[in-house]
Amino acid sequence: MSIFDIFGKDKEPKSASIAKERLKVIVAHERRARNAPEYLPALQRDILDVIRKYVQIDQDQLQIDLNDDGNCSILEVNVNLPK
Amino acid sequence: MATIIVVTSGKGGVGKTTTSAAVSMGLAMAGHKTVVIDFDIGLRNLDIIMNCERRVVFDFVNVIQGDAVLNQALIKDKRCENLYILPASQTRDKDALTKEGVKNILDQLSADFEYIICDSPAGIEHGAQMALYFADSAIVVTNPEVSSVRDSDRILGILQSKSYRAENNQAPVKEHLLITRFDPVRVDRGEMLSIADIEDILAVPLLGVIPESQAVLNASNSGNPVILDEKSDAGQAYKDTVGRLLGEELPHRFLEVQKKGLLKRVFGG
Repeated sequence: MSIFDIFGKDKEPKSASIAKERLKVIVAHERRARNAPEYLPALQRDILDVIRKYVQIDQDQLQIDLNDDGNCSILEVNVNLPK
Repeated sequence: MATIIVVTSGKGGVGKTTTSAAVSMGLAMAGHKTVVIDFDIGLRNLDIIMNCERRVVFDFVNVIQGDAVLNQALIKDKRCENLYILPASQTRDKDALTKEGVKNILDQLSADFEYIICDSPAGIEHGAQMALYFADSAIVVTNPEVSSVRDSDRILGILQSKSYRAENNQAPVKEHLLITRFDPVRVDRGEMLSIADIEDILAVPLLGVIPESQAVLNASNSGNPVILDEKSDAGQAYKDTVGRLLGEELPHRFLEVQKKGLLKRVFGG
């Protein structure tokens, strides 16, 4: 802590808080992938193929997530279509 | 029955072997008969950290393959009579380890020892999976650095799904977080993940915090586990870590920036 810190020389986020935010996102993502059923990547490829029969989209324009909701699982499919 | 503890991390260079050497020496000095096994087949290094590199005759793989019996391969530590080292092979490849072979050796050791410390190789491949497979508990060594934290989470996932306990629906492997190379000055400046940040992300109970310390390199230079350097901060932090492993409740130390006293400010140091 120096006198410059007190007078707010810089308001940029510190690198540690950037690190924490990035880690939270990637760790949550990788945990979901780890706990997902094995068919999920294949399902994602098939859905992508079906959509591409009609609209050309990139692979990252399709996100699928399987969320456990206690009694049942909810498959969430997000597709970004080009304008 | 011995307690089998794996020291693991995913990422390399974070302090697994330093920790294996310190923890096994600490347990042995506390009166528990302990053996520490180097699972890093092809890249053995525990021997040089423990100062017994010139005493290796037979190794872990020799015993698995029946070329030697266990007692021929075990090296008795010269500083503590309760401590034995089982070195890794320097010439074979990691596929020389089989589940059956590892189990056979762990079963034999279980009859004679209270603690079996498994020093895992880096990575998440076969060698690392063999090191953790039969573990009762795990010390996950993590640096306050994004790649290390991420890899620790990967290895936690493997402990929870691919260990013997997980595959056989037994009580899960007990997880412990050990943070190494911690520097409170940089945390204070917002340049390093804090203990709370890492605990928050990994959600594993904290076993210990080892400060960034010159004592660690000095210890490996001379082949004395750093826990024997009782005056050093890292040595004391490892001693606390072993105490907690044995069930003592000890406050975490070396987490705050050391305030310099007036004399130190004037005369340096």
